[in-house]
Amino acid sequence: MFGMHRNRINPKSGDKSKKRISFQRCCQLVSAVLVNGYVVGFQKGTIFTGKSKAICVPVLNCYSCPGALGACPIGSLQAVIGGRKHHFPFYVLGMLILFGIVLGRLVCGLLCPFGLVQDLLYQIPTPKVQVPKKIDKPLRYIKYLVLLFLVILLPAFAITKTGITPPYFCEYLCPAGTLGGGIPLMLTNPQLRTLAGALFQWKMLVLLVILVASVLISRPFCRYLCPLGAFYALFHRFSFYQMHLESEKCIGCKQCEQICPMAVEVTKDCNNPECIRCGKCRKVCPTQAIASGFGDNQE
Amino acid sequence: MKTAKAKPKRTAVQMGILFTAIFFIGIGIAKQEYLEVMQKAVRICLECIGIG
Repeated sequence: MFGMHRNRINPKSGDKSKKRISFQRCCQLVSAVLVNGYVVGFQKGTIFTGKSKAICVPVLNCYSCPGALGACPIGSLQAVIGGRKHHFPFYVLGMLILFGIVLGRLVCGLLCPFGLVQDLLYQIPTPKVQVPKKIDKPLRYIKYLVLLFLVILLPAFAITKTGITPPYFCEYLCPAGTLGGGIPLMLTNPQLRTLAGALFQWKMLVLLVILVASVLISRPFCRYLCPLGAFYALFHRFSFYQMHLESEKCIGCKQCEQICPMAVEVTKDCNNPECIRCGKCRKVCPTQAIASGFGDNQE
Repeated sequence: MKTAKAKPKRTAVQMGILFTAIFFIGIGIAKQEYLEVMQKAVRICLECIGIG
Protein backbone atom coordinates (compact mmCIF):
# COMPACT_ATOMS: atom_id res chain seq x y z
CA MET A 1 0.00 0.00 0.00
CA PHE A 2 2.83 2.40 0.86
CA GLY A 3 5.73 3.04 -1.46
CA MET A 4 7.60 5.71 -3.33
CA HIS A 5 5.90 6.74 -6.52
CA ARG A 6 7.16 4.69 -9.44
CA ASN A 7 7.69 7.88 -11.40
CA ARG A 8 10.65 8.63 -9.20
CA ILE A 9 12.46 5.36 -9.79
CA ASN A 10 11.79 5.37 -13.50
CA PRO A 11 15.09 6.00 -15.27
CA LYS A 12 13.26 7.53 -18.24
CA SER A 13 11.99 10.41 -16.15
CA GLY A 14 15.49 11.24 -14.92
CA ASP A 15 17.48 14.42 -15.28
CA LYS A 16 15.72 15.84 -18.33
CA SER A 17 12.31 16.13 -16.63
CA LYS A 18 13.93 17.92 -13.69
CA LYS A 19 15.34 20.63 -15.91
CA ARG A 20 12.49 21.12 -18.34
CA ILE A 21 8.95 22.08 -17.50
CA SER A 22 6.54 19.62 -19.10
CA PHE A 23 3.90 20.49 -21.69
CA GLN A 24 1.22 19.49 -19.19
CA ARG A 25 2.60 21.82 -16.53
CA CYS A 26 2.85 24.68 -19.04
CA CYS A 27 -0.81 24.22 -20.01
CA GLN A 28 -1.87 24.04 -16.36
CA LEU A 29 0.02 27.21 -15.45
CA VAL A 30 -1.22 29.17 -18.48
CA SER A 31 -4.79 28.04 -17.79
CA ALA A 32 -4.56 28.97 -14.10
CA VAL A 33 -3.29 32.44 -14.99
CA LEU A 34 -5.87 32.95 -17.75
CA VAL A 35 -8.89 32.04 -15.67
CA ASN A 36 -7.59 34.00 -12.66
CA GLY A 37 -6.10 36.99 -14.43
CA TYR A 38 -7.78 39.78 -12.46
CA VAL A 39 -4.76 40.64 -10.30
CA VAL A 40 -6.38 43.78 -8.83
CA GLY A 41 -8.89 41.54 -7.05
CA PHE A 42 -6.14 39.90 -5.01
CA GLN A 43 -4.80 43.31 -3.97
CA LYS A 44 -8.14 44.85 -3.02
CA GLY A 45 -10.00 41.80 -1.72
CA THR A 46 -12.78 42.19 -4.28
CA ILE A 47 -13.94 40.12 -7.26
CA PHE A 48 -14.15 40.84 -10.99
CA THR A 49 -17.55 42.10 -12.14
CA GLY A 50 -17.05 42.33 -15.91
CA LYS A 51 -19.20 40.79 -18.65
CA SER A 52 -16.96 37.74 -19.07
CA LYS A 53 -18.45 36.47 -15.80
CA ALA A 54 -21.50 35.41 -17.85
CA ILE A 55 -19.37 32.73 -19.53
CA CYS A 56 -18.55 29.47 -17.79
CA VAL A 57 -14.92 28.38 -17.73
CA PRO A 58 -14.36 24.65 -18.40
CA VAL A 59 -12.59 24.09 -15.07
CA LEU A 60 -13.46 24.01 -11.36
CA ASN A 61 -12.53 27.59 -10.51
CA CYS A 62 -14.62 29.48 -7.98
CA TYR A 63 -16.24 32.65 -9.33
CA SER A 64 -15.61 34.21 -5.94
CA CYS A 65 -11.87 33.85 -6.41
CA PRO A 66 -10.62 37.48 -6.54
CA GLY A 67 -8.85 36.79 -9.83
CA ALA A 68 -11.63 34.82 -11.58
CA LEU A 69 -12.59 36.23 -14.97
CA GLY A 70 -15.31 33.65 -15.72
CA ALA A 71 -18.01 31.68 -13.94
CA CYS A 72 -17.54 28.29 -12.30
CA PRO A 73 -19.68 25.76 -14.25
CA ILE A 74 -20.60 23.73 -11.16
CA GLY A 75 -21.50 26.84 -9.15
CA SER A 76 -23.51 28.19 -12.08
CA LEU A 77 -25.34 24.90 -12.53
CA GLN A 78 -26.43 24.93 -8.89
CA ALA A 79 -27.31 28.63 -9.05
CA VAL A 80 -29.64 28.15 -12.04
CA ILE A 81 -31.21 24.89 -10.82
CA GLY A 82 -31.66 26.27 -7.32
CA GLY A 83 -32.59 29.83 -8.31
CA ARG A 84 -36.03 31.41 -7.89
CA LYS A 85 -37.24 30.13 -11.26
CA HIS A 86 -35.94 26.55 -10.73
CA HIS A 87 -35.76 25.98 -14.46
CA PHE A 88 -33.80 23.61 -16.68
CA PRO A 89 -30.24 24.98 -16.99
CA PHE A 90 -29.98 25.02 -20.80
CA TYR A 91 -27.13 27.52 -21.01
CA VAL A 92 -24.81 26.03 -18.37
CA LEU A 93 -25.59 22.44 -19.35
CA GLY A 94 -24.96 23.28 -23.01
CA MET A 95 -21.55 24.70 -22.16
CA LEU A 96 -20.68 21.71 -20.01
CA ILE A 97 -21.72 19.27 -22.74
CA LEU A 98 -19.72 21.29 -25.28
CA PHE A 99 -16.54 21.10 -23.18
CA GLY A 100 -17.23 17.42 -22.48
CA ILE A 101 -17.79 16.35 -26.09
CA VAL A 102 -14.81 18.28 -27.45
CA LEU A 103 -12.22 17.64 -24.75
CA GLY A 104 -13.55 15.05 -22.30
CA ARG A 105 -11.37 14.85 -19.20
CA LEU A 106 -8.49 16.55 -20.99
CA VAL A 107 -9.82 19.55 -19.05
CA CYS A 108 -8.88 17.79 -15.78
CA GLY A 109 -5.42 16.83 -16.99
CA LEU A 110 -4.29 20.00 -18.72
CA LEU A 111 -6.47 22.91 -17.67
CA CYS A 112 -7.82 22.58 -14.13
CA PRO A 113 -6.07 24.83 -11.56
CA PHE A 114 -7.10 22.59 -8.67
CA GLY A 115 -5.62 19.64 -10.59
CA LEU A 116 -2.38 21.64 -10.77
CA VAL A 117 -2.45 22.17 -6.99
CA GLN A 118 -2.86 18.43 -6.43
CA ASP A 119 -0.11 17.59 -8.94
CA LEU A 120 2.33 19.99 -7.27
CA LEU A 121 1.56 18.61 -3.81
CA TYR A 122 2.16 15.08 -5.06
CA GLN A 123 5.67 16.14 -6.10
CA ILE A 124 6.59 16.49 -2.40
CA PRO A 125 8.97 13.59 -1.76
CA THR A 126 7.17 11.46 0.82
CA PRO A 127 6.17 7.78 0.83
CA LYS A 128 3.13 7.47 -1.46
CA VAL A 129 -0.04 5.49 -0.87
CA GLN A 130 -1.20 3.05 -3.52
CA VAL A 131 -4.91 2.65 -2.78
CA PRO A 132 -5.85 -1.04 -3.15
CA LYS A 133 -8.11 -1.66 -6.16
CA LYS A 134 -10.87 -3.13 -3.98
CA ILE A 135 -11.17 0.18 -2.14
CA ASP A 136 -10.20 2.50 -4.99
CA LYS A 137 -12.78 1.31 -7.52
CA PRO A 138 -15.96 1.76 -5.43
CA LEU A 139 -14.69 5.06 -4.02
CA ARG A 140 -14.48 6.47 -7.55
CA TYR A 141 -18.28 6.30 -7.82
CA ILE A 142 -18.61 8.87 -5.02
CA LYS A 143 -18.00 11.71 -7.48
CA TYR A 144 -21.05 10.64 -9.50
CA LEU A 145 -23.14 10.69 -6.32
CA VAL A 146 -21.79 14.16 -5.49
CA LEU A 147 -22.82 15.33 -8.97
CA LEU A 148 -26.26 13.75 -8.73
CA PHE A 149 -27.20 14.70 -5.18
CA LEU A 150 -25.24 17.82 -4.18
CA VAL A 151 -25.16 19.52 -7.57
CA ILE A 152 -28.46 18.49 -9.20
CA LEU A 153 -31.09 16.89 -6.93
CA LEU A 154 -30.69 18.89 -3.73
CA PRO A 155 -30.66 22.30 -5.46
CA ALA A 156 -33.66 21.18 -7.53
CA PHE A 157 -35.84 19.79 -4.77
CA ALA A 158 -34.61 20.88 -1.33
CA ILE A 159 -36.26 24.27 -1.67
CA THR A 160 -36.01 26.64 1.29
CA LYS A 161 -38.59 29.24 2.46
CA THR A 162 -36.90 31.92 0.38
CA GLY A 163 -37.45 29.88 -2.79
CA ILE A 164 -33.71 29.72 -3.38
CA THR A 165 -31.70 26.65 -2.53
CA PRO A 166 -28.08 27.00 -1.47
CA PRO A 167 -25.30 25.57 -3.65
CA TYR A 168 -24.76 22.52 -1.46
CA PHE A 169 -21.57 21.33 -3.15
CA CYS A 170 -19.99 24.79 -2.96
CA GLU A 171 -21.15 25.34 0.60
CA TYR A 172 -20.08 22.09 2.20
CA LEU A 173 -17.53 20.35 0.00
CA CYS A 174 -15.79 22.44 -2.66
CA PRO A 175 -12.10 22.86 -1.73
CA ALA A 176 -11.43 25.05 -4.79
CA GLY A 177 -13.81 27.70 -3.40
CA THR A 178 -12.03 27.74 -0.04
CA LEU A 179 -8.56 27.82 -1.57
CA GLY A 180 -9.22 30.19 -4.46
CA GLY A 181 -12.00 32.31 -2.98
CA GLY A 182 -12.29 31.95 0.79
CA ILE A 183 -8.66 32.25 1.88
CA PRO A 184 -7.62 35.18 -0.39
CA LEU A 185 -10.77 37.12 0.45
CA MET A 186 -10.43 36.51 4.17
CA LEU A 187 -6.81 37.65 4.06
CA THR A 188 -7.52 40.87 2.19
CA ASN A 189 -11.04 41.77 3.30
CA PRO A 190 -11.41 42.48 7.07
CA GLN A 191 -15.21 42.74 6.85
CA LEU A 192 -15.50 39.19 5.57
CA ARG A 193 -13.09 37.97 8.24
CA THR A 194 -15.50 39.04 10.98
CA LEU A 195 -18.25 36.87 9.41
CA ALA A 196 -16.25 33.64 9.33
CA GLY A 197 -17.64 30.99 11.65
CA ALA A 198 -18.21 27.25 11.97
CA LEU A 199 -18.88 26.78 8.26
CA PHE A 200 -15.55 28.34 7.33
CA GLN A 201 -13.83 26.07 9.84
CA TRP A 202 -15.55 23.06 8.28
CA LYS A 203 -14.50 24.12 4.79
CA MET A 204 -10.93 24.66 5.94
CA LEU A 205 -10.94 21.16 7.43
CA VAL A 206 -12.20 19.67 4.15
CA LEU A 207 -9.53 21.59 2.24
CA LEU A 208 -6.80 20.51 4.65
CA VAL A 209 -7.79 16.83 4.40
CA ILE A 210 -7.78 17.01 0.58
CA LEU A 211 -4.44 18.83 0.47
CA VAL A 212 -2.79 16.34 2.85
CA ALA A 213 -4.30 13.45 0.88
CA SER A 214 -2.88 15.00 -2.31
CA VAL A 215 0.65 14.68 -0.92
CA LEU A 216 0.13 10.94 -0.41
CA ILE A 217 -2.29 9.95 -3.20
CA SER A 218 -2.22 11.19 -6.77
CA ARG A 219 -5.17 13.52 -7.44
CA PRO A 220 -7.54 12.26 -4.70
CA PHE A 221 -10.13 14.98 -5.33
CA CYS A 222 -10.26 14.22 -9.07
CA ARG A 223 -10.51 10.49 -8.41
CA TYR A 224 -13.16 10.46 -5.73
CA LEU A 225 -15.03 13.74 -5.29
CA CYS A 226 -15.00 16.12 -8.25
CA PRO A 227 -18.49 16.47 -9.80
CA LEU A 228 -17.07 18.28 -12.83
CA GLY A 229 -14.72 15.39 -13.56
CA ALA A 230 -17.69 13.04 -13.16
CA PHE A 231 -19.69 15.06 -15.68
CA TYR A 232 -16.88 15.10 -18.25
CA ALA A 233 -16.33 11.37 -17.68
CA LEU A 234 -19.85 10.76 -19.02
CA PHE A 235 -18.74 12.14 -22.41
CA HIS A 236 -15.19 10.88 -22.29
CA ARG A 237 -15.63 7.86 -24.60
CA PHE A 238 -17.36 9.97 -27.25
CA SER A 239 -15.23 13.11 -27.05
CA PHE A 240 -13.47 14.36 -30.18
CA TYR A 241 -10.14 14.23 -28.36
CA GLN A 242 -9.19 10.59 -27.89
CA MET A 243 -6.29 8.42 -26.81
CA HIS A 244 -5.27 5.60 -29.13
CA LEU A 245 -3.21 2.50 -28.40
CA GLU A 246 -1.63 0.58 -31.27
CA SER A 247 -1.67 -2.97 -29.93
CA GLU A 248 0.81 -4.13 -32.59
CA LYS A 249 3.43 -1.72 -31.23
CA CYS A 250 2.71 -2.40 -27.54
CA ILE A 251 5.35 -4.65 -25.93
CA GLY A 252 3.41 -4.97 -22.67
CA CYS A 253 6.07 -3.30 -20.49
CA LYS A 254 3.29 -1.56 -18.50
CA GLN A 255 5.37 1.58 -18.00
CA CYS A 256 2.30 3.57 -19.03
CA GLU A 257 0.25 2.03 -16.23
CA GLN A 258 2.98 2.58 -13.68
CA ILE A 259 3.24 6.28 -14.43
CA CYS A 260 -0.50 6.98 -14.76
CA PRO A 261 -1.59 9.45 -12.03
CA MET A 262 -5.14 8.10 -12.13
CA ALA A 263 -4.09 4.41 -11.99
CA VAL A 264 -5.77 3.62 -15.31
CA GLU A 265 -5.05 0.26 -16.94
CA VAL A 266 -3.92 1.94 -20.16
CA THR A 267 -3.17 -1.26 -22.08
CA LYS A 268 -6.69 -2.57 -21.43
CA ASP A 269 -8.68 0.63 -21.93
CA CYS A 270 -6.83 3.78 -22.88
CA ASN A 271 -10.05 5.82 -23.07
CA ASN A 272 -11.26 4.81 -19.63
CA PRO A 273 -13.46 7.57 -18.09
CA GLU A 274 -10.90 7.87 -15.28
CA CYS A 275 -8.15 8.91 -17.74
CA ILE A 276 -7.41 12.63 -17.50
CA ARG A 277 -5.36 12.65 -20.73
CA CYS A 278 -2.31 14.18 -19.10
CA GLY A 279 -0.16 12.47 -21.73
CA LYS A 280 2.31 10.90 -19.28
CA CYS A 281 1.65 7.42 -20.69
CA ARG A 282 2.33 8.63 -24.21
CA LYS A 283 5.56 10.27 -23.12
CA VAL A 284 6.89 7.23 -21.28
CA CYS A 285 5.99 4.63 -23.94
CA PRO A 286 9.27 3.21 -25.37
CA THR A 287 7.65 2.16 -28.67
CA GLN A 288 5.37 5.19 -29.23
CA ALA A 289 2.37 2.87 -29.18
CA ILE A 290 0.16 5.53 -27.58
CA ALA A 291 -1.14 8.47 -29.55
CA SER A 292 -3.68 11.18 -28.78
CA GLY A 293 -5.48 13.90 -30.65
CA PHE A 294 -8.66 15.01 -32.35
CA GLY A 295 -10.32 12.44 -34.62
CA ASP A 296 -7.87 10.66 -36.92
CA ASN A 297 -5.17 13.33 -36.68
CA GLN A 298 -3.52 11.72 -33.70
CA GLU A 299 0.06 12.47 -32.75
CA MET B 1 -14.70 -4.87 -39.61
CA LYS B 2 -16.07 -4.05 -36.20
CA THR B 3 -14.09 -0.80 -35.94
CA ALA B 4 -14.96 0.23 -39.51
CA LYS B 5 -18.66 -0.10 -38.68
CA ALA B 6 -18.32 1.54 -35.29
CA LYS B 7 -16.60 4.66 -36.64
CA PRO B 8 -19.54 6.29 -38.48
CA LYS B 9 -21.79 5.38 -35.56
CA ARG B 10 -19.38 7.08 -33.17
CA THR B 11 -19.16 10.15 -35.37
CA ALA B 12 -22.96 10.32 -35.49
CA VAL B 13 -23.14 10.18 -31.69
CA GLN B 14 -20.42 12.85 -31.41
CA MET B 15 -22.19 15.16 -33.84
CA GLY B 16 -25.53 14.53 -32.11
CA ILE B 17 -24.09 15.51 -28.74
CA LEU B 18 -22.29 18.51 -30.22
CA PHE B 19 -25.47 19.85 -31.83
CA THR B 20 -27.41 19.21 -28.61
CA ALA B 21 -24.81 21.32 -26.74
CA ILE B 22 -25.04 24.14 -29.28
CA PHE B 23 -28.86 23.91 -29.26
CA PHE B 24 -28.92 24.12 -25.45
CA ILE B 25 -26.58 27.12 -25.44
CA GLY B 26 -28.80 28.78 -28.07
CA ILE B 27 -31.95 28.23 -25.98
CA GLY B 28 -30.10 29.47 -22.89
CA ILE B 29 -29.03 32.64 -24.64
CA ALA B 30 -32.55 33.19 -25.98
CA LYS B 31 -33.93 32.80 -22.45
CA GLN B 32 -31.20 35.12 -21.14
CA GLU B 33 -29.95 32.51 -18.72
CA TYR B 34 -26.46 33.97 -19.02
CA LEU B 35 -27.73 36.97 -17.02
CA GLU B 36 -28.65 34.62 -14.17
CA VAL B 37 -25.14 33.14 -14.30
CA MET B 38 -23.60 36.61 -14.36
CA GLN B 39 -25.71 37.90 -11.48
CA LYS B 40 -24.45 35.06 -9.31
CA ALA B 41 -20.85 35.32 -10.51
CA VAL B 42 -20.35 39.07 -9.98
CA ARG B 43 -21.29 38.93 -6.30
CA ILE B 44 -19.14 37.29 -3.66
CA CYS B 45 -20.75 33.89 -3.08
CA LEU B 46 -20.81 33.65 0.70
CA GLU B 47 -21.62 29.93 0.63
CA CYS B 48 -18.68 29.21 -1.69
CA ILE B 49 -16.13 30.96 0.51
CA GLY B 50 -17.46 29.37 3.69
CA ILE B 51 -19.53 32.10 5.32
CA GLY B 52 -22.96 30.78 4.38
